Amino acid sequence: MANVTFRTDWCKGCGLCVDACPKGCLAIASDKINKKGYSPAVMVDQEKCIGCAFCATMCPDCIITVEK
Amino acid sequence: MAVVFQKPKSLADIPLHYCPGCPHGIIHRLVAEVLDELGIEGKAIGVAPVGCAVMAYDYFNCDMIEAAHGRAPAVATGIKRCRPENIVFTYQGDGDLASIGMAETVHAAARNENITVIFVNNAIYGMTGGQMAPTSLPGQVTQTSPYGRDVNHCGWPIKVCEMLSTLEGPEFIARVAANNVKNVNQAKKAIKKAFQNQIEGKGFSLVEVVSACPTNWGMTPQQALKWVESDMLPYYPIGVYKDRTAAKEAAK
Repeated sequence: MANVTFRTDWCKGCGLCVDACPKGCLAIASDKINKKGYSPAVMVDQEKCIGCAFCATMCPDCIITVEK
Repeated sequence: MAVVFQKPKSLADIPLHYCPGCPHGIIHRLVAEVLDELGIEGKAIGVAPVGCAVMAYDYFNCDMIEAAHGRAPAVATGIKRCRPENIVFTYQGDGDLASIGMAETVHAAARNENITVIFVNNAIYGMTGGQMAPTSLPGQVTQTSPYGRDVNHCGWPIKVCEMLSTLEGPEFIARVAANNVKNVNQAKKAIKKAFQNQIEGKGFSLVEVVSACPTNWGMTPQQALKWVESDMLPYYPIGVYKDRTAAKEAAK
């Protein structure tokens, strides 16, 4: 079981983490907006997450922390 | 649960100003991770360029200095010669290193100054709004080449790694990319080697990171990374262009 946390206030919604995820666990939120005015990335399927940290590797804003 | 990935300590805990999807953030993180892993944050001195990464001095927790446009390798030369015990690196874009700063770069390499240069090549002038850079590809549409870069009029893009690797001086010249997880991990290895070379006193190490500029290329971040793969990497192939120590060992 892995845990991925986002520093949502700093997310710019670029979606590179969503593309990098091999399991399709992440998505850009369609119903949320952050302080910067972007729709942030969110975890949508926690069960599938394997903690590979590919999302964090590709995150240009370094807002992702991965625990395993 | 153990933390397997978190923000490196050498990267300041503030939000980056870069556009959404800009790989500068990834490359900043790689440099900061290497500073952490080698335990050199306390004695590292970075030289920031002019360009999008001009505010890199705010983002790294080590000592930073800002150089005049393109002069980062010259400033780094001065710092390293005065303070040889410190680890000196520059972080430059293509408009800084390959255009106005080409002379400083070539001569620092020719002198084999014991510094580390991180060169981010995104084939366009980012900060000024997307003008043609010395590294813009043939046919690439920019603000100043609206019909595509005409090589008969503007010349050919400069391949910095290939050019510098013809010099006797430099120790290590490599090109990597920041367009997918595999390439980012390879990029980190090359950056780490470039810093280790300096610690071991081997001399000038330059790592060119082929990057993207979604905003000024007029693409989404995803399209931009695909364009790096399909258009930039065939013109700027990744690989190690010069590694003097490895070449010497292979010749034994």
